[in-house]
Amino acid sequence: MQGISIILIIFTSLFFTGILIRTKSFFSGRKGPGVFQPLKDIWRLLKKGAVTSETTSFIFQIAPSIYFATVFLSALLVPFGDQPGLISFSGDFVFFAYLLALGKFFTIISALDTGSSFEGMGASREGLFSMLAEPAFFILIGSLSLLTGHTSFHQIFSTLYMGMGSHVEQAVVALAALVLVAIAMIENSRMPIDDPKTHLELTMMHEVIILDNSGFDLGMILYTTNLKFAMYGALIADLFLSPSIPIYLAIPFMLFIQVVFAISAGTIESFMARFRMSHNPQFIFVLTSISLLIFLGALLLLGKIT
Amino acid sequence: MSYITVKNNQSIFFQEIPVLDYESFLLMNTGFLSKEHLHCVNYYGLAQKEKLKLICCIANDHEHSIYVSSCVLPLPHLDEIGFPEYSSFTARHLSFHIFEREIHENFGIRYHDHPWLKPVRFAHDRFNKESGIAEYPFYHIESEELHEVGVGPIHAGVIEPGHFRFACNGEQILHLEIHCGYQHRGIENLLITKKKLLQRVTLAESIAGDTVAGHATAFTNVWESLSGCVPRADLQLARTLALELERIAIHTGDLSAICTDIAYQLGASVFGRLRTPLINFMQEWCGNRLAKGLIRPGYSNFKFTPELAQRLEIVLEAYERDFDEVWDRFHTLPSVLSRLEKTGMVSWHDALSIGCVGMAAKTSGIERDIRASHPHDLYTELRHEPILKIHGDVYSRTQLRHEEIKQSLVYIRKLLEKVAAQPDSERVLLQAQADRFCLSLTEGWRGEICHCAITGKDGELVHYKIKDPSMHNWLALALAVRNNEISDFPICNKSFDLSYCGYDL
Repeated sequence: MQGISIILIIFTSLFFTGILIRTKSFFSGRKGPGVFQPLKDIWRLLKKGAVTSETTSFIFQIAPSIYFATVFLSALLVPFGDQPGLISFSGDFVFFAYLLALGKFFTIISALDTGSSFEGMGASREGLFSMLAEPAFFILIGSLSLLTGHTSFHQIFSTLYMGMGSHVEQAVVALAALVLVAIAMIENSRMPIDDPKTHLELTMMHEVIILDNSGFDLGMILYTTNLKFAMYGALIADLFLSPSIPIYLAIPFMLFIQVVFAISAGTIESFMARFRMSHNPQFIFVLTSISLLIFLGALLLLGKIT
Repeated sequence: MSYITVKNNQSIFFQEIPVLDYESFLLMNTGFLSKEHLHCVNYYGLAQKEKLKLICCIANDHEHSIYVSSCVLPLPHLDEIGFPEYSSFTARHLSFHIFEREIHENFGIRYHDHPWLKPVRFAHDRFNKESGIAEYPFYHIESEELHEVGVGPIHAGVIEPGHFRFACNGEQILHLEIHCGYQHRGIENLLITKKKLLQRVTLAESIAGDTVAGHATAFTNVWESLSGCVPRADLQLARTLALELERIAIHTGDLSAICTDIAYQLGASVFGRLRTPLINFMQEWCGNRLAKGLIRPGYSNFKFTPELAQRLEIVLEAYERDFDEVWDRFHTLPSVLSRLEKTGMVSWHDALSIGCVGMAAKTSGIERDIRASHPHDLYTELRHEPILKIHGDVYSRTQLRHEEIKQSLVYIRKLLEKVAAQPDSERVLLQAQADRFCLSLTEGWRGEICHCAITGKDGELVHYKIKDPSMHNWLALALAVRNNEISDFPICNKSFDLSYCGYDL
């Protein structure tokens, strides 16, 4: 049953972005594309050959594969309820974070590899915002592992879930869900941090560093983005999944959480403007502060402070 | 005092324009501009055999008049060395910079104290044909820490060609240089060589595709004035109506584009949708959504009937209801305001010194609106009062669009009351009079449009000069983005929404 987590993540990745886009179309009074349209676009791209610029080196060509591999590998670490992921060991959340960082590192240097001034700017933004988001993630997971006394995703999430214990514990879980949602938005370059729909190179972050990618490479990058979104959705769902729920209920429950996540992301994107670029660091620092609040909650619960 | 005072759209004999020596020509015209309500609407050169005639037109907004004066200089030759260098107007008032750059580019007049004699548009008949667009002298900063970002001339999305080069310190813009001139169509020359009036008015409509009514009205007014014809009341009504409808439609489209640039989806889709019924109404009226074919000198192919007036009232009512609702949401949303406020500011001082016109002037607190200062057509009866904003930021330009739309709605409703059924009228054949000069000012949605025409001995057009408001305002954009974030450039650019082809001609 260990494989159920990755199967669900891959399944969700097929329609996640589709639901998000459909939500946005609905709120703008349009009919919108079908839920599987993003996937069809990716399939079309995967059938094409890639064109690479003459100024790039092998880095540019291997980066999309590495990006995909790292995200796929980290998705293997994500548990599902009380079922561990395919890979699970103590301290695996550090492995998870740095696998993602490795993938990001390669997309950044492949953007620099093109020598374009736009991509340089995008790489700098992507690097900066991911760097700022890292403390929030580590303080969050660190606090949760302090609270549960375990250091692997599987053990943390099988002891911790919404609806357990005292009000303080529930508050901690709710805050953790909030931080994870926000980190998911940053890592996936969605609003209000980044606007995936913009055609303006000067305001782009993630979109601009993949400007030079085409065909198969681009398809792989786009699919990886979907996979990453579904992976974060699964992590968030894990916070709400109690280990006592039988698996035939847990599966629809997780899909429900994923759909709610996609719809709320779409709703946010419909009804607000994105942040000014210089306000993004402030926003990300707020996440770190919330994570510190979770840390405080964990200390309170453990009776370290009274 | 050697200048001739004319009114907007008044034609005079070309010889009536006083000719001064260069020194007093310079002192008089730059002296005018010490007051805020006087500004230069056009300053250009006209080659006559071995001579170059410079004509300068200064508008006095308080007295509703325009001061025209001229000066004759010998025309330089490319192979001649030691040709005299003149003192520049620009050294005394910066707003002349674009005109003198153009005179220098086209006729080779040299200035010893012009601060920045950059090429304007590399016209086909420029003086120095060896200079090419590939060698454009960009301002360059040598530094290890700064970086340059070049955007265009080919852009993502369907906009016209123009090159933007930023000198940035990280995310902050230190300097932006804007370079147009990629699509020289030679419209001014074409207006002379195409002899048929229909060809000419069609060309005038194509000067800037988003200001069809503005440029067509300016051309039509020039031509009617040169022919000594006063347009019938219904023609004047149709033109005024077209100008105001164009203003509403384009402003609404711009609001939608501003929303797109800040990724506010609701505003983008609703404002975008609101523009459509308006331009569809134009289609209903004249068969073209951009009003092409509507405005013609001396006649009109498309009468504005009382039935159309009724239709328009219904269209506007539906428009205003939804417009108010979405505007209420838009301008109270904190995430929107945080993007628009204090972004891309142009100070009153900067706007005045570079001679901004239209929206760029009005949002920086300068009252410069042809509808009020030099009214033409039915604006004489509407008693327009310009809306002013003082901050000169993107939000001011957004607010101005909203308030101008509301104002135009009131004007259109007033105009609709005057619509009456007309019998078919005969088409008057217009023949321009000989040796005339006429200047026409029109307030397009973007700002002041100036057309100047000169006729020869047999009443043939010998010279035509067009000035789109973008000529002045591109520099305002370059100043606005200084010290802003480079990611805010698109929103600044959209808030000005300047024309590339109106500048390139």
